[in-house]
Amino acid sequence: MTNLTFTLNGRSHQVGDVAPATPLLDYLRQRRLIGTKQGCSEGDCGACTVALVGRGPDGAAHYQAVNSCLVPVAAVAGREVVTVEGLSKERDALHPVQQALADAGGSQCGYCTPGFVMSMFAAHYDSADGTVDDLAFEGNLCRCTGYLPIRRAARGLEPPSPTDPFNERLHQTDTSPDPTPLSHHAHGQHFVRPTSLADVFTALATDPDAKLIAGGTDLVLDMTHGRAKPNTLISLEAVAELQTLEVTPSEVTVGAGVPLSHLKSELHGVFPTLDTMLRWFASTQIRNRATVGGNLATASPIGDLPPVLLSLGAELDLVSSSGERTVPLNGFFHGYRQTALEPHELIRSVRIPRTPTVAGARQLSQAYKVGKRGTDDISTVAASFYLELDAQNVIAAARLGYGGVAATPVRATVAEEMLLGRTWDETTVSDAKTLLAESFMPLSDLRGSAAYRTQLIANLFEKFFVDTHTPPKEVAA
Amino acid sequence: MSERPNRQHPEDKRQPHESAAGHVSGRAVYTDDQRLPSDMLHTWPVLSDVAHGVLETLDVAPAYDVPGVVTVLSADDIPGDNETGPLRHDEILLPKEGDELSFFGQPLAWVVADTEAAAREGADRVVFECESYRPILSIRDAIDADSFHGDPHLMETGDADRALRTAPHVLAGDVEMNGQDHLYLETQASWALPGEADSFEVYSSTQHPSETQAIVARVLGISKNRVVVTCLRMGGGFGGKESQANPYAAIAALAAYHTGQPVRVRLDRGQDMQLTGKRHGFLGRYRVGFDDDGRLLGLDLQLFSDGGWSSDLSEPVLQRAMFHSDNAYFIPDMRVVGRVTKTHKASNTAFRGFGGPQGMVVIEDIVDRVARHLGLPPDVVRERNFYQEGQRTHYGQQVVGNRLPQVWQQLRERTGYADRRADVDDFNARERYHKRGLALTPVKFGISFTNTPMNQAGALVLIYLDGSIQLNHGGTEMGQGLHTKMLAVAAKALGVSSTRFRMMPTATDKVPNTSPTAASSGSDLNGQAVRNACETLRNRLAEVAARMLSLNAPEDLVFEDNTVYAPGQPSDRVSFESVVKQAYLDQVSLSATGYYRTPNIYYNKLKGKGRPFYYYAFGAALSEVEVDGFTGCYRLRRVDIVHDVGDSLNPLIDVGQIEGGFVQGMGWLTMEELVWDERGKLLTAAPSTYKIPTIGEVPEHFNIHLLEHVPQPGVIYGSKAVGEPPFMLALSVREALRDAVVAFGEEPSYVPLAAPATPEAVLNEIERRRTPAKPTKNLVPGD
Repeated sequence: MTNLTFTLNGRSHQVGDVAPATPLLDYLRQRRLIGTKQGCSEGDCGACTVALVGRGPDGAAHYQAVNSCLVPVAAVAGREVVTVEGLSKERDALHPVQQALADAGGSQCGYCTPGFVMSMFAAHYDSADGTVDDLAFEGNLCRCTGYLPIRRAARGLEPPSPTDPFNERLHQTDTSPDPTPLSHHAHGQHFVRPTSLADVFTALATDPDAKLIAGGTDLVLDMTHGRAKPNTLISLEAVAELQTLEVTPSEVTVGAGVPLSHLKSELHGVFPTLDTMLRWFASTQIRNRATVGGNLATASPIGDLPPVLLSLGAELDLVSSSGERTVPLNGFFHGYRQTALEPHELIRSVRIPRTPTVAGARQLSQAYKVGKRGTDDISTVAASFYLELDAQNVIAAARLGYGGVAATPVRATVAEEMLLGRTWDETTVSDAKTLLAESFMPLSDLRGSAAYRTQLIANLFEKFFVDTHTPPKEVAA
Repeated sequence: MSERPNRQHPEDKRQPHESAAGHVSGRAVYTDDQRLPSDMLHTWPVLSDVAHGVLETLDVAPAYDVPGVVTVLSADDIPGDNETGPLRHDEILLPKEGDELSFFGQPLAWVVADTEAAAREGADRVVFECESYRPILSIRDAIDADSFHGDPHLMETGDADRALRTAPHVLAGDVEMNGQDHLYLETQASWALPGEADSFEVYSSTQHPSETQAIVARVLGISKNRVVVTCLRMGGGFGGKESQANPYAAIAALAAYHTGQPVRVRLDRGQDMQLTGKRHGFLGRYRVGFDDDGRLLGLDLQLFSDGGWSSDLSEPVLQRAMFHSDNAYFIPDMRVVGRVTKTHKASNTAFRGFGGPQGMVVIEDIVDRVARHLGLPPDVVRERNFYQEGQRTHYGQQVVGNRLPQVWQQLRERTGYADRRADVDDFNARERYHKRGLALTPVKFGISFTNTPMNQAGALVLIYLDGSIQLNHGGTEMGQGLHTKMLAVAAKALGVSSTRFRMMPTATDKVPNTSPTAASSGSDLNGQAVRNACETLRNRLAEVAARMLSLNAPEDLVFEDNTVYAPGQPSDRVSFESVVKQAYLDQVSLSATGYYRTPNIYYNKLKGKGRPFYYYAFGAALSEVEVDGFTGCYRLRRVDIVHDVGDSLNPLIDVGQIEGGFVQGMGWLTMEELVWDERGKLLTAAPSTYKIPTIGEVPEHFNIHLLEHVPQPGVIYGSKAVGEPPFMLALSVREALRDAVVAFGEEPSYVPLAAPATPEAVLNEIERRRTPAKPTKNLVPGD
């Protein structure tokens, strides 16, 4: 048995005798670090936010806000964690973000406050001028303040001083922010973190019931609720082959292990629909952990990436110990939470083609997400549309991706076929709306009625037409 | 508890929260954060899976097979009353075999174990069988089934029937609204420590320590003096811990009683949302009569609330809804009849506004409808109906000190309302697919517990020989800044700096028989009690100081800057500490209690008449929204508020209450949708499915102006209550959405809008206006 250690608030910390899948939140609180709060244990309230030092896409170390309720304690082994207690070790010497929040009246009951502090802390060191914008807080719920004093505090921050110890830490080169290889047994649980796909397959062969864990934002939630009780977790975080991100003139290849926050920053401006969807995709804390592959392999009908990737004509490279194969994303989802993945096969990467624009032709695309709440909600219906128009305004290619309308993310193939060869005008849109409304039989659930979903399926397509004729409005979705 | 940033000047009223440094550093301690005794036991409930039925069998024996399980609590283990109702005794704590089951998730037993994991595992092993009946899950079904708590309540003035017969216009309709989960970030938490001779220390996240004490004593069958309940601070309350903390404190104490060990109870989020009561959903049925100018002449209103399975606080909540079903409008002939329906849901309870918001939603809906019916601007009709100074409400109270006209006028002027209206109309004429809406709404909210005897408070102040002071009062701190205000009151009354004080946790062994911290009354009541205690001490110290200064008029002495001196002789002063030390030597007591009761209020429930409120709080808001006609999604573009807090005790805290209350109210009326399945299981029992506002829903332009130079006579240092009134300013968002939906149609007409006005509800109404033939879809969550 190896000992787990990690750096906790600047000091090496030997993890006590706990099961490796114990959520970091529970572990910290057992160790009397009670500043980190449990508000929901589902990654929705942000009260448990801590900062993890991780490598950004630029290669440098960054503080990354994460929900400690969704991170197994073993996942931070060899890494560095900062909790709210680490920000002001001496009494009456608050960290600038803490002082700003206190002075602004940014805490009322104070229970969500440590989470806001940590979100603000992480964003503060990523900000050119030290200020923090609203996006950093969309994964933090506050029921008291109405957020206004928090916003004022965040916008009034000064840049960190060069001698700020937390700033200095980011520029140290002696400790690596990367996850390291690991194999740890305790309390009947095994947590293994291989560094290559070959080692992943070896581990899978050893323990066929093992669960793969990437960011864990779905799986840990299932474990907390008792829906999943894996004895072995194989972490994909250290597998280099899954971390590729390659942009060429003809296509973009994204490793399945790439976190959404990297995807968001690295592909910014490449695919407008992806930019739009990532803007509304969960929260900073979730995007820092959740991966591209995880969002696809979990095969939720309401995942945010699939509609966009369907409309972009993406393909998946699947890999297993017996070789690799490529499937179009359109053929990947087989049923509710079912995919084309064979046992012990995993997604290696997503390939998104970049279609060059022909002179005189146009490419139109828009993505939409409709929920009860604009920010950090699960969609009632999501849609992503892509059209190619020739010089005569005739539709030459159409890909309409939807989420929340069927048991899987799905393309509206009947409507796509109808659109081909038609002129892109009101009549075509009206015909397409009729066809789209008949294409799916969505369910009624707590997020919306079947009738509303059917309306949205059609209306969003008309909205696409209007939005690509006039500048988009500043209205959510 | 008074770890505080010390950058502010002590005289600055804008002091941050007294625990701000503790909050931001993570050092502030909450009930479940306390350093737990080493032999602390943990609990997990066994929950029913029917909303309505009978518990046929319950076998807890298998739980004992789990290593670490110490005991399992069921009905037979209760030595006292198996009942926790705060007003009526209708709230069973644990059902016996053969007892009725009343809501989905009702606790049947509690497993007590060495670890939480063992308790949970043990709870999974408990075997039970229930017979299941069809549950009543909506107000309408309850009315049809004649399922009610208590009797109808009536408030009446004039002759509503006659007014409706003679009014030039009469409209009738229904208004229905959803409840609201409190979603305090800290879920229900308690722990109990057994002491000698059947005594118990109970730490509870409760807004009402005295009632928690009473319920614990009742369940254990012991006298109240054997139970001390302490509340350190709450991670949010909002009314959700006024009565609903009690059962969990009782379980912790019951487990401590049987095991002799300390025991903690903490609900996880899913349990908290499934088991605990919420804001009451309401149904209003009305007939309203009015003249050509939109003046309200008569109103006949029935209000039904969804009480859930037990009565809890439902009757006073209903009453407050009835008291506020006029909002700011004078209605000469009015009858309101209220009734609490009994449904098979968690027992609904107090929530910021305590029924007031529900009453106001109904009357604002009516006033908007009147205006649209007549083709008049809604803001004009609203203003036309405002109370004139001295007019009487439907429950007979004269409206005096009415600052609403002033508030309204300032809001219109500060926002340039006429130009804003013109801009919105221009936008709507120009844009086909997006429409904007604008609405001004008023708030008049009555301050006092409507159960008059509850309007009393106590304090206990202890001065030590080094000049440091402990401050105790009966109020609890849930984030509203009560302790911060009480420190300011005490510091002012004794002329010392607030750093001299230690604010003590609220405890029933310091101040007995307290009222809940609720009804926005915390600083009004406790502030006067604190001042009273401090003035008692000050009078005693003045006599001592007078002797030290060789003066003979102690009543004139000035207490200021931690010193005491005679008026006009500031150079000849003695320090506060020296006076304290001398007082001890002179054998003068250095501790004092304080007490306050609100004067001149009364209410006769049988007659539905009285003067239940000491005064009214006033405010008004202007909200502007933009709605997308394809999806029904909307964005709140701008909010402007003018509010009356009297002479603010602390503008930083009061503005915080206004901002936070508004956003919470906006959440209730827009996105917070409670959905139950047909079995009565709450489907929206997590923040992933029940959406409260995030920072992204809060507009960039959010302006608050506090009415200036308006001391409130007879209230602590001229201030006014601020906890609840701002919640109802958010009605402007609902009315603005309605205004935008109207703009999607050709003619101005009434738009019945579901509450919450989710994007789906909004799109439904937009579609109905585009295709008027389509029948109204009655979108009522929970039905």
